[in-house]
Amino acid sequence: MKTIRPDIDTILERYPRHSHHLISLLQDVQAAFNYISPDHLDLICDHVGVPLAKVWSVVTFYKSFSLEPRGEHEIKVCLGTTCHLKGSERLVECCERDLGVERGHATEDLRFTLDTVKCVGACAEAPVVMIDENYLGRASFGSLKKQLKKL
Amino acid sequence: MKRIENASELQALRQKLLAAHDPDQPVVRVCLGPGCLALGAEKVSRAFKSAIKKKRGNFKVQPLIKTTGCHGFCSQGTLVNLSPLNLCYVRVKPEDAAAIVDATLTKGEVLERLLHSDNGTRYRSASEIPFYKLQQKIILKNVGVIDPLDIKDALMAGAYQSLAKALTEMSPDDVIRTVYASGLRGRGGGGFPTGFKWMKALENARVNPGPVYLIANGEEGDPGAFMDRAIMEGDPHAVLEGMCLGAYAMGGNQGFLYVRHEYPIAIRHLSAAIEQARALGLLGKNILGAGFDFDIQIHRGAGAYVCGEETAIIASLEGRVGEPVTRPPFPAQEGLWKRPTVINNVETWANVPHIIDKGAQWYANLGVPHSTGTKIFSLVGKVRNTGLVEVPMGISLGTLVEEIGGGVPGQGQFKAVQTGGPSGGIVPYALKDISSEALKPERVGLPSQGFIPSDKKELSVDFDSMAMTGSIMGGGGMIVMDDHDCVVDLARYFLRFLEEESCGKCLPCRLGLKGMLGFLDQFSQGQGNPEDIEALESLGKALVDGSLCGLGRSAPNPVLTSIRYFRDEYLAHIVEHKCPAGVCRDLITYSIDPEICNGCGLCAKNCPQACVTGKKKKPHAIDEKACVRCGVCQDVCPVDAVFVA
Repeated sequence: MKTIRPDIDTILERYPRHSHHLISLLQDVQAAFNYISPDHLDLICDHVGVPLAKVWSVVTFYKSFSLEPRGEHEIKVCLGTTCHLKGSERLVECCERDLGVERGHATEDLRFTLDTVKCVGACAEAPVVMIDENYLGRASFGSLKKQLKKL
Repeated sequence: MKRIENASELQALRQKLLAAHDPDQPVVRVCLGPGCLALGAEKVSRAFKSAIKKKRGNFKVQPLIKTTGCHGFCSQGTLVNLSPLNLCYVRVKPEDAAAIVDATLTKGEVLERLLHSDNGTRYRSASEIPFYKLQQKIILKNVGVIDPLDIKDALMAGAYQSLAKALTEMSPDDVIRTVYASGLRGRGGGGFPTGFKWMKALENARVNPGPVYLIANGEEGDPGAFMDRAIMEGDPHAVLEGMCLGAYAMGGNQGFLYVRHEYPIAIRHLSAAIEQARALGLLGKNILGAGFDFDIQIHRGAGAYVCGEETAIIASLEGRVGEPVTRPPFPAQEGLWKRPTVINNVETWANVPHIIDKGAQWYANLGVPHSTGTKIFSLVGKVRNTGLVEVPMGISLGTLVEEIGGGVPGQGQFKAVQTGGPSGGIVPYALKDISSEALKPERVGLPSQGFIPSDKKELSVDFDSMAMTGSIMGGGGMIVMDDHDCVVDLARYFLRFLEEESCGKCLPCRLGLKGMLGFLDQFSQGQGNPEDIEALESLGKALVDGSLCGLGRSAPNPVLTSIRYFRDEYLAHIVEHKCPAGVCRDLITYSIDPEICNGCGLCAKNCPQACVTGKKKKPHAIDEKACVRCGVCQDVCPVDAVFVA
């Protein structure tokens, strides 16, 4: 789903200049640009009045932020307990081999980012894979590949 | 709809909505809960819409398609309920929609093939199915029934009636006293008495005048659990109403909903609910004309398991790294922006309206003494009926797993249950026949609150009985394991999970988890020696004693409980270099049974190491030396000829 991307100024204007809004601001930038670029990081620091070192610690602490560009489509293999018992680790490995990329990174053509997630809360249909906003239940490598082809 | 100015206007609006509702109008409720969504339920609801559009002229009363929250019976998804016929269709595919519209909606015929069948019995309605029959739905009563995006639906089902009652008939103190007397305990896993927490916050606010903040903890990070997700997605107004009641009781004016970012639908539904409630004046200034102001903001989590811990949530809300701090001061003393703050789990908040509506005594009569009310569990893993269940506290483990869960699928044998996520334990299923009394209390992880468990003949599922096993009841994740699941592997899985999620602030947790994981890594490779088990236990106990927050203090639970109950399995790994369950990769080999193999060649085609060889239509073989034990051959084999030993 491509939506019109708001520019960075519009996002900054949404929030008062206060450190309380740091995380929400970062989330909006991450959502709009798929990652937080060094330039944006500087602008955010200035806006909320927090030193770069502090912002850096927040960005690297929370897993939803990325400092490198992410792929157009995000494949998130669930590694929750039930998914683990039903072989999701093997599923991630299959994806790593097939896409030629390690978990947590984007493919060279920036088409896909392969990631793992600690439970998406669809445990009854384990193993589960999220492709962008869509859930794929009772996933196998075959069914996942089929879905990826449709993108 | 215009703003509701007082409680009688709320009643009038509800009556008006109910009167306008045609009881004969066919309603198709399509489950869009987490499980069904993963099976493509959105396509089913779209298919219904277009099928009904096509047959527009054929109905006396135009049917209504409602997309709802979780119906619960996830293993049979996509679930579709039809009223007023009271039919429950299971495993509905998009292509079934037209047939259902044709046969059932226009002619009233029942499609037998879409009914749930078990052991030769077909069940027409949900209430007849054993999975539902043994449940007692109170918190989940509206989940799966109402359209979560339409406040009118919620109002018809009785939303905000308790708030109206509290604002007109009860003083704030009455509300606190009622919650306290109900015996409600925190549903997030800690089991702390909710009313007591509220009293403390109120006391502190009186001593030190100023705002009180309320937080709903929706950072449901425990893997294998989706109770809160189901509530937030399926009945968001229940959470809002619960928070309103808390705010009224404690004099709070601002609440925060802290929701995991992995739950985008929950965030969407809650946002819509807040907007609609604001528009009607059920949130905001002068709610129901009672001079009471309260509003709620949603705060998306940013992806950190430790942010389920209350002091970490506060740090995160303040825009900082989610590192816990030592307690005391407890949040009820000094929380968000140094003000008294009450943090309750989403499910806890959703309990409050029911307690105010029906009274403390009614609630206290549900469940068992000291663990009152009902509890929602996500019953998953190796059971036939996986899904979301709500049962009275104190139900026996056997009933929950075998009667509601329907037993183990296939040829497996029940082995263990894992509750409480990474903070919980792994306890053998055989404990189900042991009364809670007979279990020797052992100090593992979070101490029990010091209550006496009930004296049933079998293991009852409640806060204190589960604590006696060394596990905890936790947030409600109940993962059933069979003999193909390895406890060493699962303990290692949780350690790896926690090692990654530890915030790193305190040393016992940061280094202790690494050390423990080192032992488990060795065991899973068949290395180490039996004395290491004792070393691992003592390291675990050091974490319990020395860690700063609940994450570290409870982190050793899966390891300590699994050693306590499954020492033989650990020894099998270490001494015999075998994984009895056939899971730990370094200790297993894959082989193909030449008798069964039909030589289709799928395994050879898919093997990433190209180490499966064989002629077409002839039995294939695996080169053990080159095999990386990825298991792909076993997954693709159409005749189940690949074996693990």
